Formats: sequence, structure tokens, C-alpha cells
Amino acid sequence: MRFIKTMLAATMLCTLGAGLTAKAEPYDDGVNQRSYTAMKDKKVAFVPLSMGFDLTQGWAAAMQLQADAMGYELIIRDPNWSTDAGAQQITQLISQKPDIIVVHNPDRNAYARLLTRVQQQGIKVLQVNLKSEATTEAFVGVDWYRIGEHQAKSVVEACKGKSGKVAIMQGRITDPANFITVQAVKDVFAEHPEIQVVSDQSSEWDATKAQGIAATALKQHPDICGIVGLWDNMDVGTAAAVREAGLTGKVFLSSSGGGRKEADCDMVESGAFDEVVIYDVTRQGRDLNAAIAFLLQQDGEAKLNPFALITPLRVVTKENLDERSCWKMEEIQSFLQ
Amino acid sequence: MRDAVIRGAVSRWMGHATQEMIVLAIAVVLFVLFAATLPRFAALDNLLALVRNVSILGMLSAGMALTVIGRGIDLSLVAIMATSVAWMLLMLASGTPPHVAVAVALAFAMLIGAVNGVLIAYVEIPAVFTTLAMGGLVYGLGRFALISVDIVNLPPGQDWLRTFGAGSTLGIPTPVIIFALVCILAGLFLRYVKAGRFIYAAGDNPAAARITGVPLRPLIVLQYVLSALICFVAGLVMAANVDSMNTRIVNSTLVYDVILVVVLGGIGLGGGKGGIRNVVVGTLLIGILLNGMTIMNVPFLMQNIIKGVILLAAIVADTLLNPRDEQTSQQGDI
Repeated sequence: MRFIKTMLAATMLCTLGAGLTAKAEPYDDGVNQRSYTAMKDKKVAFVPLSMGFDLTQGWAAAMQLQADAMGYELIIRDPNWSTDAGAQQITQLISQKPDIIVVHNPDRNAYARLLTRVQQQGIKVLQVNLKSEATTEAFVGVDWYRIGEHQAKSVVEACKGKSGKVAIMQGRITDPANFITVQAVKDVFAEHPEIQVVSDQSSEWDATKAQGIAATALKQHPDICGIVGLWDNMDVGTAAAVREAGLTGKVFLSSSGGGRKEADCDMVESGAFDEVVIYDVTRQGRDLNAAIAFLLQQDGEAKLNPFALITPLRVVTKENLDERSCWKMEEIQSFLQ
Repeated sequence: MRDAVIRGAVSRWMGHATQEMIVLAIAVVLFVLFAATLPRFAALDNLLALVRNVSILGMLSAGMALTVIGRGIDLSLVAIMATSVAWMLLMLASGTPPHVAVAVALAFAMLIGAVNGVLIAYVEIPAVFTTLAMGGLVYGLGRFALISVDIVNLPPGQDWLRTFGAGSTLGIPTPVIIFALVCILAGLFLRYVKAGRFIYAAGDNPAAARITGVPLRPLIVLQYVLSALICFVAGLVMAANVDSMNTRIVNSTLVYDVILVVVLGGIGLGGGKGGIRNVVVGTLLIGILLNGMTIMNVPFLMQNIIKGVILLAAIVADTLLNPRDEQTSQQGDI
């Protein structure tokens, strides 16, 4: 017993001693100091589609958190939904020489050449959620094909023994997210001859247009059994049309989104959405930070294989809905911790 | 007035084929065509849905018509609508009593309208520039100071708001009723209220109207305040319709669609011509087109082509039947 006590005391003394020396000279475990210096005073730029909506606000909040902790600068350039303005801002950023540019692409082609040019200047490019045709150092985001696959399968399942008539509510047809998801949805439906797509329209991501289109489609085919909607904020309109037609619960509505409470969980709770496929923005924020930390710690010259951090999907229905299913914009900081 | 007389004479010559009638004719032809070929197109509930889908567009067009008839234009319509109503939803979400939130948001919208009017009437900045700049200012300021996310959802427990956009009375959807009310009130105002008659006079010839004793400047302010008021009502319907207000709509082509409806219906941008009837005709044509193409499940790009061709056809027909000359065109016409 006494032996153990002595040993314990000795260990404590040693630890204390180590602690004391650590104060004089920062403790170096071989990689921590290296990583601090690699990130200190660096510049990371973020060019979203636009600031001010749930996805980009969430990512920016997450990236700011790590930037403050690690002492690098986060520059945000907001093109406010304009592809031209975005291209201009990326071009301007080249002369500012940030270490990384985080790009949220408006479509598959718009920035493709520009991103290659950015890379030639030795600036690393991290793409988020929407991937351009150009493959760059890193991608953080969703596998849209999987989302579409899942949504289509749910609708097929819900339509078993019913009319088999379904609708697809598209956003903007040139968006990569839209393009890939719809591809997946159609691939799944093609395997099921009983499924008949009676309405396949684009609402330009606008809830009011979605409402109009869905209302017309439901009037024409009141026996529609399922709708695949491509975005929560647009599908509030789709859901309103279903409710207005008195078909809530009869038409299976599947949507997808970033997990903001008002846009997703509240909609599932009220029965407006039968399911929502969530790509958690707070999780994506942490993944972005991991990718940024990784990229900043690479030497410029070393050859880097392109890598992706694919966001895991979470399917929320009335059955599994709970407090942790979604996040709130006002409390984003605490959700990120 | 003089213009109306000339136009009347021209119409008699050309067999009364005004642009309004051409557009109405195209609308009727399309209607008959769709009714004959598309199952359930002519069903009453589909027709109500048809009008419902364009009711917001129609309301905004009525607001636009008030300013265009008075030889102005209001490009800040969509920004006023989105910003005031989104702010109202946020006030409701933070616990402001409904009547206070509505009153504050309405006052905000009308204040912006009044500032528009004062800048145009008293500072004498052309309406195009004033309202274009005001649209950007209102949206920017709103997003910067009042609204943190661009899509504001209807807060839970505020279901009363839905009465403006959801549900129906005697089978008629509420947005259609509100659209009809806005049209009737605006139509009566233009036809029977002194200020409404003066708007035609001011639009036809502002200098002459002023010499005759029309209080031109206050009248211009009134136009923009009324237009902002209509925007707010349209915004309420939009928010109630889809349980949210998407402020991003400011960046959409909605304001051009509104101008299209007004011009297509036959209200010349030169002012002094047309009325609410033209707005209804223009709105219905767009409504029939959209509804028919949605039922036929026409792909998006094809829809744009068809829409463009029909609109061009309407304008070409008007130019052929009512050729412009020195007498029928006037300064400011585009």
C-alpha cells in the first residue's frame, strides 16, 4: 500500500514538474506545435452562393469558430446569388493570395476553369456541397445521388398498392444538386414499371411556384401517391398545396435539407413532410474545419490525392424525430461545439 | 383625354382591335384549346386553382398599374413586399402581438412608398431610378438590419395568418377573393374617386393637369403609397399561401413578370391609358398558359420558348393592327 502511495506521489510530482516546464516552453508532442504554426496567420476565403441562408450561415459560423481558435483569417465574399459576381470575387481573391478558397458552386460548369486557374496559383480549393466538373484538392458535402436514391425508394415504398402516380418537384435544372438527385430518382423509378411520373416540373427553388405546380398536378391527378421534393425551403410550398387539397397523409411527401429546425423538423412534426433527408449543416461545418486544418498543414509542393468527406445522411420521420434531429439558427454556436 | 379620343378613332378604324382585345382573344383561344384537349382543364376547381396561382402576380400588377397609368413605374414592389412581410413574420416569431406586428410592417411598407413618392414628386428624380434604387436599399437594409435568414418561416401558433392565403369561402380560394377585392377597389378608385380620375389626367399630360389645378405632387405620393399598400397585401397572401416568405424573391424575375402583365394587358408605359381590366386580362393569359403547360407537363425550357413565342405574337399582332405613328405614340412610350 505504502509503495503504491509513494509511486502515486512520485507520478504526481513528475506530472507537475512537466506542467511547470511546459509553461516555460510550449509542450510539443511532435505534431501539435507544428499544426498551430501551420495554421497561424493563414488566410482562408469562402465564396458561397449567397450568405444569409441556413446552409451558408451554418458553415460560416463553424469556419469562423476554428479560424478564431487557430488564429487564421476567414474572408467571406458574398456574391448574393450572382454567378458573375462570384466569378469576379474568386478572380479578385487570386491576387489576395489566400491559402485556401472554399467554393460553393452555383452549377457544374460556371467556375470549372476558374478553379483550375486558382489551383495553378498554388491556392488550394475546397468545394462544398455542390461539386464543379473540375476536381480540386478536397470536397466536403453530400452525395446527391444517394439522397435521390433514398427519396425515390421511399416514395416507391409508400406507393405500394396505390395508383403508382408520382410527381417530382425540381429546383433549378442546371444546379448540380438538382441534376444529380433527379438522375438518381429517375434511375430508381425506371426499375419500377408500376411507377408513373405524372408531373416533373421545375420551380426555380421558389416555394410559391412549387405551390402552384403541385396544386395543379394534384387537381389533375388527385390519386398521386408520392412526391419527391428536392429542397425543404421550396417544399413548404409543395406541402401547402398538399394540405390545401386535403391530401396530407395520403400523398407521401419526401424532401431534403440542411437540418434547420423550422425548415425540417417542424415540418415533419406537423405532418407536412412525411420524411426529410437531412445533411446536417453542423456536421458539415466540422468536416469543413477538418479539411481546412488538413490542407493548411500540407506542404505546398507535396502531391495530394483529391479527397472527399461525404456527409452522412439522416432520415427524419415522425417516428424518430427528437430534439437532436435539427439545429436552430439562433443556437448554431452551441450546436457546433 | 385627347389620346383616348384618338385611340378610340383608331380602334373604330381597325375594328376595335386594341391590344387588350388581342390578348383576350389569345387567352380565349388557348382556353378553348386546352379545354378541348386537356382532361379536367375546364373543371371548376382547376380554373379556381388557375386564378389562384396568378393571384399574387395579379395583385402586384394592379399596384404597378396605378403607378404606370400615372406615368410612373414602381420597380421596388417586390422588395417592399418581401421585406415588410418577412420582418412581420420575424416580429411574430419573437412574440410581438399580431396586431402590433401587422401595423408596424404595414406602416413600414407605406413609409417606403411615401419616400418613393416624395423623391419622385418633389425631388423630381425619374421614377425608374428612384424605385430601382429604393428596391435595392429596402432589401439590403432589411436583410442587414432586420432579417437574418433569407427564408422566414411562419412561426408555429400563428395559424390566423393562414386565413389570408389558405382555405376558401363558398369554394373560392382566399387568394382569389383577395385578388378580386384588390382589383375591384383599385378599379373603383380609378374610375369614381376624384384622385383616381386625376391619375389619368396626370399620366396623360402632367403639365396640363397641373395647370388645370390637379395637385400633381401629392397625387404622385398617393400612387406610390397605394402601390406599397397593395404590395403588403400581396405579401400577406404569399406568406400565408406557402407558410413562409422567401426574401430571395427580390432577385427573381417577378418584377419583370409584373411589368409584362401590365404592358401585355394594354396599359402603355407612357401613362394615361388602360385600367384594372387590362391587368385582369394580362394576368389571365399568363395563368392559362402556366396552368395548361403544367398539366401537359411541358419541360421547363420548352415552357420558356412557348411563353416567349405567345407573348411576342401578342405584341406583333398589336403592332400590325395598331401601328404607331406620331399621333398615337407619346413621349415616354417605350
